[in-house]
Amino acid sequence: MKRRNFIQSLGLTAAAGAAPWVNTVQAQTGPIRIGLLSPLTGVLAAGGKELVEGFELYWKQNGLTLAGRQVEIVIEDDGSNPDMALQKSRRLVEQRNVHFLMGSVLANTGLAISEYARSSGTPYFIPVVAADELTQRKAVPNIVRVAGYSASQMPRPLAEYAYNVKKVRKIVTISQDYTFGHEQCGGFCQTFTELGGQVVQQFWHPINTADFSPYLAQIKNAGADAVFVMETGADANRFIKQFQNFGLQGKLPMYGAMNLTDQSVIRTLGAEAGGIISSAHFAEGSDNAATKKFVAEYTAAYEKLPSIYGFSLYSGAMWIAEAIKKINGRVEDKTALLNAVKSTELTNSPLGRPVKLDRYGNPVYDVFIRETKVRPDGKFWNVPIEVYPSVSQFGKYDPEVYMKQPPYSREFQGIKKS
Amino acid sequence: MLFTKKQMLYATLGLLALSLIPTLFPGYKTSIATEILIFAMLAMSVDIMAGFTGRTSLCHGAIFGVATYVVLHYVTVVGGSVWVGALLGVLAAMVISMIFAALAIRTSGVYFILLTLALGMIVWGVCLRWTSVTGGENGIRGSVAPAWLLNKQNLYYFVAACFAVVTFGMWKFVNSPFGLTLKGIRDSESRMRTLGYNVPLHLFIGFVVSGFFAGIAGALYAFFNSFVSPSTVALAQSVEGLLMAIVGGVGTLFGAIIGAILVISLENFVSLYTERWLMVLGFMFIFTMIFAPTGVLGAARNFINSRQKK
Repeated sequence: MKRRNFIQSLGLTAAAGAAPWVNTVQAQTGPIRIGLLSPLTGVLAAGGKELVEGFELYWKQNGLTLAGRQVEIVIEDDGSNPDMALQKSRRLVEQRNVHFLMGSVLANTGLAISEYARSSGTPYFIPVVAADELTQRKAVPNIVRVAGYSASQMPRPLAEYAYNVKKVRKIVTISQDYTFGHEQCGGFCQTFTELGGQVVQQFWHPINTADFSPYLAQIKNAGADAVFVMETGADANRFIKQFQNFGLQGKLPMYGAMNLTDQSVIRTLGAEAGGIISSAHFAEGSDNAATKKFVAEYTAAYEKLPSIYGFSLYSGAMWIAEAIKKINGRVEDKTALLNAVKSTELTNSPLGRPVKLDRYGNPVYDVFIRETKVRPDGKFWNVPIEVYPSVSQFGKYDPEVYMKQPPYSREFQGIKKS
Repeated sequence: MLFTKKQMLYATLGLLALSLIPTLFPGYKTSIATEILIFAMLAMSVDIMAGFTGRTSLCHGAIFGVATYVVLHYVTVVGGSVWVGALLGVLAAMVISMIFAALAIRTSGVYFILLTLALGMIVWGVCLRWTSVTGGENGIRGSVAPAWLLNKQNLYYFVAACFAVVTFGMWKFVNSPFGLTLKGIRDSESRMRTLGYNVPLHLFIGFVVSGFFAGIAGALYAFFNSFVSPSTVALAQSVEGLLMAIVGGVGTLFGAIIGAILVISLENFVSLYTERWLMVLGFMFIFTMIFAPTGVLGAARNFINSRQKK
């Protein structure tokens, strides 16, 4: 191709690309449009893919119609970056005319989207974003944690289990140094110290730490009965491996926040992933019929065990589908949609037990204490060993009283001095 | 006279185009246009350094973001007036530029790039770790724009007005005797020194002025985005500003506007069609470098000049 031809055709392509931008039709009826945001590039790309898979699995099984209306899913990449997440949510709502937003993973992208949702009044459903504040002190009526969980909700039963059942008295914690870590660690430490336990030391490390040996040496010498570990993604992977390399596996009991032993992490690990105790509302190794069915279907579709991301978006899709059916597909009526979502009690969830939201828009779950055990095929999964029924995001605290204390941070961990 | 006839014509056409955008591209596209104008200001401020002073800076994103941070912090956390906040934001950007300038101005070439990169990274690190003020990873959220600017069209006109003033200011600046001195320094530092010019002082002032314009863009970004996080001050932001200037044509000033239009609209169109939009953007940069190494506007200028010679 000659240079001039090349430039000409480049120009034509550009013009063709610009055409759809010039005429967008503002449709008032027609399909129900769902805007799904997911980190398809950036640090969370792997998790982001599972998010989309879980969401799509539901629609594959149930078809893309609700109350006689077609369902259209518009997927956008939030790039694991808050600025991009904000830009994409603007585009989904203002250009693609979606009726509501859903998804995202990181607290910072979730908070950015919520800011837009708050100012524009667009309903936003967050099955994965766990930032406590979104359904607590800074709760907004149009943001609902459909099939999600708040960060400090899950580690509280784990602290009770460690103290009451396993008789752990001294704990050392290590966590990624950002909001999700501060909140999960805070939930654990507050409950643990209020029961009478002692937090001997806390370590915070930046996200994407390659070498944990300085921390592991100190953890070993901290004189604790057990370690509480909050890690996600590649950090979780590395920590579990290095914990074993350091000879601590089996010597120092490991209690993990839910993401530590999520399938997205332990899928690629071997024996080093065994014997870790964690807590979550979902356990892929549960013998509950509904859970087994979901796990089998997911495995058949994607050739891997479902992670918390896949599970959450699957349940999230199920939840909003139920709600939309209730209002006969009138998604344009935001108030009706939000009310329907909030009042829906999910009875057929893969958890096999009904799930409903509390007054602040966060689900109340039966929380499993899970242990990583090996399957016949050599892979590891989380098997429930104990259950704490009806755990809300406030645990045993009164919501009003609880929200008077500051949000968890590196400085405030709710530790009760004994 | 302020303008020649030809310049008058261009300026009128430019203003007309600016004022017509909300009518031609309503709704979401207006907010894209607003974003383009804000980033065009950033890219032009980068071009003042890269194109007219011969110092390629990788910290303008950080200067821009500091202004955004200050506006959002002052309005949402301190609870002050938005206009005072905007003023403080621009001032903060200038103070940061002064510090950076003092540290970096005696270097040139690769060393200048590396030094500004490091300085920008420091700002990013501070924003990430100083949680009590910057909100850490989560950033600061909150609508800062006054009520009459919440409407997209009004915000656009407001930004467009600022843009017109800032662009005029920059154009005047680079064509002033001071700007010509900067060009002289770009072409030969030793010659300018021999001629008796205080080179470091000129560079210092040039840097601070460029930071001032980046600060204005940053403050407007706070109005537009209602949100700031460390990614606003990250290296990627500085690089984006620089890429816009390069695509449009370094040393052309107005080229940066074309660069901003190209980069931001491509980001928005292409990602409608493919997840791999970053690749398309990459190819665009490669093709620009191959076919128009002086940037779009640079190439156009060369083309016109060669025609006229014939």
